[in-house]
Amino acid sequence: MIRDPYPEGIARGWKIVDAARLESDREDEADVVIVGSGAGGGISAEILARSGLSVIVVEEGPLRSTADFHMREAEAYPQLYQESAARKTADKGVNILQGRCVGGSTTVNWTSSFRTPPATLEFWQRQFGLADYTQEALLPWFEMVERRLSISAWYVPPNANNELLRTGASKLGIATQVIRRNVNGCWNLGYCGTGCPTNAKQSMLVTTLPAALDHGATIYSGLRAERLVLSGDQVTALECRAMDAAGIHPQARRVLLRAKHFVLAGGAIGSPALLLRSAAPDPSGQLGRRSFLHPTVISSALMDSVVAGHAGAPQSLYSDHFLDKLPIDGPLGYKLEAPPLHPVLFATTLQGFGAGHAALMQQFNHAHVLLALLRDGFNPASRGGQVRLRDDGTPLLDYPLDDVIWDGARRALLSMAEIQFAAGAKKVYAVHEECAGWDSWAAAKQGIAQLPMQLLSMRVVSAHVMGGCAMGPDAARSVVDARGHHHQLGNLTVADGSLFPTSIGANPQQSVYGIVARNISALAGALAGRAAAPLV
Amino acid sequence: MAMFSRRQFIKTGIAGALLLAAAAMLQKPLDRAGKQALVAGNPLDASMRTVVPVIAPVILLGVFPSGADRAAALERITKGVALAVGALSAASQKEVAELFALLAFAPTRIAVAGLTPSWDQAGVADIESFLRRWQHSRLDLLKSGYQALHDLVLGAWYADPQSWAAIGYPGPPVLVKS
Repeated sequence: MIRDPYPEGIARGWKIVDAARLESDREDEADVVIVGSGAGGGISAEILARSGLSVIVVEEGPLRSTADFHMREAEAYPQLYQESAARKTADKGVNILQGRCVGGSTTVNWTSSFRTPPATLEFWQRQFGLADYTQEALLPWFEMVERRLSISAWYVPPNANNELLRTGASKLGIATQVIRRNVNGCWNLGYCGTGCPTNAKQSMLVTTLPAALDHGATIYSGLRAERLVLSGDQVTALECRAMDAAGIHPQARRVLLRAKHFVLAGGAIGSPALLLRSAAPDPSGQLGRRSFLHPTVISSALMDSVVAGHAGAPQSLYSDHFLDKLPIDGPLGYKLEAPPLHPVLFATTLQGFGAGHAALMQQFNHAHVLLALLRDGFNPASRGGQVRLRDDGTPLLDYPLDDVIWDGARRALLSMAEIQFAAGAKKVYAVHEECAGWDSWAAAKQGIAQLPMQLLSMRVVSAHVMGGCAMGPDAARSVVDARGHHHQLGNLTVADGSLFPTSIGANPQQSVYGIVARNISALAGALAGRAAAPLV
Repeated sequence: MAMFSRRQFIKTGIAGALLLAAAAMLQKPLDRAGKQALVAGNPLDASMRTVVPVIAPVILLGVFPSGADRAAALERITKGVALAVGALSAASQKEVAELFALLAFAPTRIAVAGLTPSWDQAGVADIESFLRRWQHSRLDLLKSGYQALHDLVLGAWYADPQSWAAIGYPGPPVLVKS
């Protein structure tokens, strides 16, 4: 019997408020208010609550838990994702998959877990003065979150879509590795992206948030954090608005939250946006800047054999070959992975329409798809994007796709096509509006060289938003210090992927977990006046 | 050859500028139409009902039913697109409402979409060439319009379990939870 922790917890007295159902305005107070319940908010909530502090967590999305997860895209995208999984950059050049529900992106991610790559940490030490961001210093924190979230290498045989990456790569002498996953008793179903129906995925929804609730924390769902109230160098309160039941339009009901300390963990679009709406001091001019996406390009292949990319753990193998062979600040390197294939995601991502599109869809079970995640933010020409506000105060990420990205995209398409043909593909399609597919590696090589690298022709997606509140010791160059404390606001700490001064060069969830665990443990110790409680 | 490309570019550039000017002139009425659609709170507004049943069978050519099942499929896809639009952010809903208003309004349909016949007169070839013009347009605005139609129609269609058999997707596994 699969249990849903939420009805049971609520029966035991968990404090969870669905703001959409509030009948009057209200005020509330805690030692710490945390904005966001994803990777950063979840880890923060458990550490702070276990350390004896009273905690309120604010989440704009709804609470959906085990019993609500039916493995249906039609339900999951509107309920669990930012902007119904159709969030786009300002020029619509990148489609962003980002969670918006209790548990944030951890509720819907594909479980791939990587410690922050050593090359990334060395770059941060060298370029951004983050002296104690060493592998050695972070190791105990990565190990702590690995224990807490059951992160380990996944040695169950990969599904065919992942196995084909290994088959093709090994024929070319390209190394692949096994992905570490945050799962406990995984059923190998393949539906991580629509919310885990078996509680196997150790997302914030089933780990840290229940622990925080058991220690008296309160979660407000369906509540949008609109503005921090500032007085001098202090945040005195957070003004929030209840969302409607569908989570699209804010309602009239207001909630005012007071706290000694505020933790921002609304993700790398949401956190900078909240600071921008609050007119927070920004003497460095870096607030909302250097936002990174791991811009991702896609190559779809047609195999003779059945692939059935909808079944089995979505991501189990990867290759860092094309990251490792290039200098970190040179032409953009890329990580190769495979995605899960489900009808809506696949159909909307594939280029074209009509008979050609239908023919590809009719071969759905024979499709093998690879992704290349470009490592942005290291090359001096890769400066990322900027978070701005629309007239209604909602955030909009402006991320120009420039030549440094297009150069990487073209090389990545070549690498993926070569691997796919080596794995036995009959046909390979770069996901690009001008591509009708190629029958051989020779044809693909020539075709990819000629593809026009243009906005809205080359399909670019992202599932990793990073940066925008960059950390660093120098207040003239960064928004927060190396522990995430705002350089100008004394009682505000940023605790999510917006801290990162570059992209990570790997799926970022474990970087958020480990770095936030260290930073928030320091905060919890200072606020509680004794050592912070570890994650257990 | 270079000359030709340059001339072509200039021609497209001017045509593009004219289209944008036309679109800008029409911005107010389009805004109004878009807002009315939203204020009515009913995403199944008239312009969507005009456009979707005509473009969807073309975007879905090859999987869209003909014959007896066609009418029901038209109803399903129209409702499905409305549902998909209703789930978007407020800002995106406004943009999509404007897109459908622009397509439904005859002067902009002709000037911006280059679609001369009215929606109820347009044939498959007319719709195909309109979609291809936008798909390969030099104007990002039109390319993004094409992609919005692409994503909404294909997303709504394949979200529906009734569309899965045609592509061999068995649907999510049935869990025995107890």
